[in-house]
Amino acid sequence: MTPPTSPHRLQLAGITKRYPGVVANNGVSLTVQPGEIHAVLGENGAGKSTLMKIIYGAVKPDEGSVLFNGRPVHIRNPQEARALGISMVFQHFSLFDTLTVAENVWLGLDKSLSLAEVTASITAKAAEYGLDVDPARPVHTLSVGEMQRVEIIRALLTSPQLLILDEPTSVLTPQAVDKLFVVLRQLAAEGCSILYISHKLHEIRALCTACTVLRGGQVTGVCDPRQESNASLSRLMIGAEPPALTPRPSRAGAPVLEVAGLSLASEDPFGTALERIALTVRAGEVVGIAGVSGNGQGELLMALSGEDRRAPAGSVRVAGQDVARLGPGRRRALGLHFVPEERLGRGAVPTMSLAHNLLLSRRDAVGPLGWLRVGALKRQAADIIARYQVKANGPDAAAKSLSGGNLQKFIVGREIEAKPHLLIVSQPTWGVDVGAAAQIRGEILALRDAGCAVLVVSEELEELFEISDRLHVIAKGRLSPSLDRAEASIERIGEWMSGLWDDASANHKKKETAHAAA
Amino acid sequence: MLRLEVRPQPSKAWGLASPLLALVITVVIGVCLFAALGKDPVRGLQVFFWEPIKSPYALSELMVKATPLLIIALGLAVCFRSNVWNIGAEGQYILGAIFAAGVALTADKSTGPWIVPAVLAAGVLGGLLWAGITALLRDRFNANEILVSLMLVYVAVQVLNYLVYGPWKDPMGYNFPQTKTFERVTQIPRLMDGSRVNIGLLMALGGVVAVWLFLFRTRAGYAQIVGGLAPAAARYAGFSSRRALWTALLISGGAAGLAGALEVAGPIGQLTPYVPAGYGFAAIIVAFVGRLHPVGIVFSAILMSMFYIGGELAQSRLGLPKSITGVFQGLLLFALLACDTLIAYRLVWKK
Repeated sequence: MTPPTSPHRLQLAGITKRYPGVVANNGVSLTVQPGEIHAVLGENGAGKSTLMKIIYGAVKPDEGSVLFNGRPVHIRNPQEARALGISMVFQHFSLFDTLTVAENVWLGLDKSLSLAEVTASITAKAAEYGLDVDPARPVHTLSVGEMQRVEIIRALLTSPQLLILDEPTSVLTPQAVDKLFVVLRQLAAEGCSILYISHKLHEIRALCTACTVLRGGQVTGVCDPRQESNASLSRLMIGAEPPALTPRPSRAGAPVLEVAGLSLASEDPFGTALERIALTVRAGEVVGIAGVSGNGQGELLMALSGEDRRAPAGSVRVAGQDVARLGPGRRRALGLHFVPEERLGRGAVPTMSLAHNLLLSRRDAVGPLGWLRVGALKRQAADIIARYQVKANGPDAAAKSLSGGNLQKFIVGREIEAKPHLLIVSQPTWGVDVGAAAQIRGEILALRDAGCAVLVVSEELEELFEISDRLHVIAKGRLSPSLDRAEASIERIGEWMSGLWDDASANHKKKETAHAAA
Repeated sequence: MLRLEVRPQPSKAWGLASPLLALVITVVIGVCLFAALGKDPVRGLQVFFWEPIKSPYALSELMVKATPLLIIALGLAVCFRSNVWNIGAEGQYILGAIFAAGVALTADKSTGPWIVPAVLAAGVLGGLLWAGITALLRDRFNANEILVSLMLVYVAVQVLNYLVYGPWKDPMGYNFPQTKTFERVTQIPRLMDGSRVNIGLLMALGGVVAVWLFLFRTRAGYAQIVGGLAPAAARYAGFSSRRALWTALLISGGAAGLAGALEVAGPIGQLTPYVPAGYGFAAIIVAFVGRLHPVGIVFSAILMSMFYIGGELAQSRLGLPKSITGVFQGLLLFALLACDTLIAYRLVWKK
């Protein structure tokens, strides 16, 4: 079947996919060689995911052709893709929490195999690639990194010739990323081609041997990432270099947020319980919390914002006052403002105007008896739109009509303009383009310099290193001791992200005392 | 295969025109219906859309029927916008009528005109209490408010029947299941002679303004709407979902109770088993056809009132059963839902 000359593993030509109102892919061409680790680089919304879904048969292109191993193919659904030898590991896992690893894998496979046979082949594959997974464990007991391993093993069991990975490292610690890369290099050496979707430049430069860059649905460059710099790649990706932020030393004042002995069972049966969280944020400093998502960040933020009021009395204090049992409105009155991770539906009501969305957290335009001054509300919204360069159709534009980044700028602006004493921000720049991200970080630092206490929870380590004065790590519902930015390194934070700080900090202390003694 | 595909930008103009389009469709189907029944369609339309407005008296009767529909639907608009599904306004209406009748029956020859506000207040209280049961069960036990409020309608009917067949039956009433006719002093003041329109109409129009101000100009109304549109955002803002539930049910229950009091102490003048006329259910359609907007509800209440009167007239003029009213109500809601669906989605043919 194989033509005499060695064909390309995958060749896309002129792929176009239009959705109502947007062209997701416009004449995209892409060639992957056998055994190549090929990066698809682009910002959120550049069309990477649509392109991958086309290859995997989940979406049908309007135009263009797909050649697999030199033969034209029309992949109608993921089953056909898998039959051809194309597998995909999605960013969001499709595993059933209540089933075991083996049962989950079995579900996606040919039913002629018995569960015992599947278990045996999982163990074999796991050993072959050094992917440590126990097939008998229920999925809800796994960490996110372990779930990803299950997904990869599931993909490998079909012996793919092309493996697609969508943003695989967003849920991993730096050490787990290194392990993943070892596996991927081994796979490539065996002749499997890998399509690696990401917007993390350093990972692509470390791992990939070819790179196709997308911007606005079009290919803006094909290169060898090993020959490129972060700056040159980011120019291809966003058309400009990201502006640099110069860190300034902070002058921390009195404690504003004091958390002590905060233990809390999760409301969600598969959530993470908080265990004796202790944390202090002072006026004029930015404290960052690093961690892989799903380690209790959501639960901690709910307890801090007041959306969850079950925290033990006295465990959360704002400006010296016990707020553990107060609702969000009362905490806001004490100067606590919060930017949640989900913008649509939590940080803003999708169908309401930007002006009306101000009322979620602001009372400036509310008169006596709760009377709304609509004119003042609109002026206020227009001010934020202008000051934070929000691309929106005026204060009457519905929140859902804005792009994610622009809505984020509006929400951050809404909370910063409230002149908080304590600002808590979750994922400040998630899904935001590079320019807007720099602007948001700059605003957060300006607020800090004005004497506000800031707590930032983020999964992006680079971001935390850029803006934090001190760092904590959250893992399995526990919070690490704090580290000054100067003491913190990516490696150390990475180790702590797996929850191993007790020994490390003990050793550290010992060394320090030894030092002092000497 | 036919499939529905989400439209990227649903047309705003069509969104507003949708109730009118639904009305047109209802009329067209109505014409076909008349023709199929062997009646003259032109005559049929005349009965429904011309006779109810052709004379001052007909217009005043239109208002008499529109008033309870308007009052109940205004309360339901607040409720539905809060994402609380009170389907039992009919039951709250009946309890309002019972409580109002209880006060009205205490009146005698020497009673002063203060009795009218007392009758109305009792009606509001009855509706509040009946809706409060639903709120309590939902709040304490997370019972489904749709089922509870609907089932309570049938309980309310039994309470009404017990009273008019039992303790409250008029001893001079030849054993008819009804209370004695209320004293004249309890009669809701009429706006003019020769018409049954009373101050209830003014209260309803005042309610339109009040509900508009509450929903669109107060923070409390804003909190109700946010709770309905995005519960997580309401929680983030600190708006209590329990407070929203109670507010929604008490406002709609109180409104339905008021409508019951106005009806029993107004046009009816006594408590009978025929007090439940389906206004509580029809008002659900009124609220939706009016786009849950107080001003829109004024028009839809008038339209629904036309269907009520047209149905009665169709009985005498055309020899059609009265249930034709229900058929038109159903057609209208169905056509509206179909229009709304096609505004938000487009129909595509795909193999």
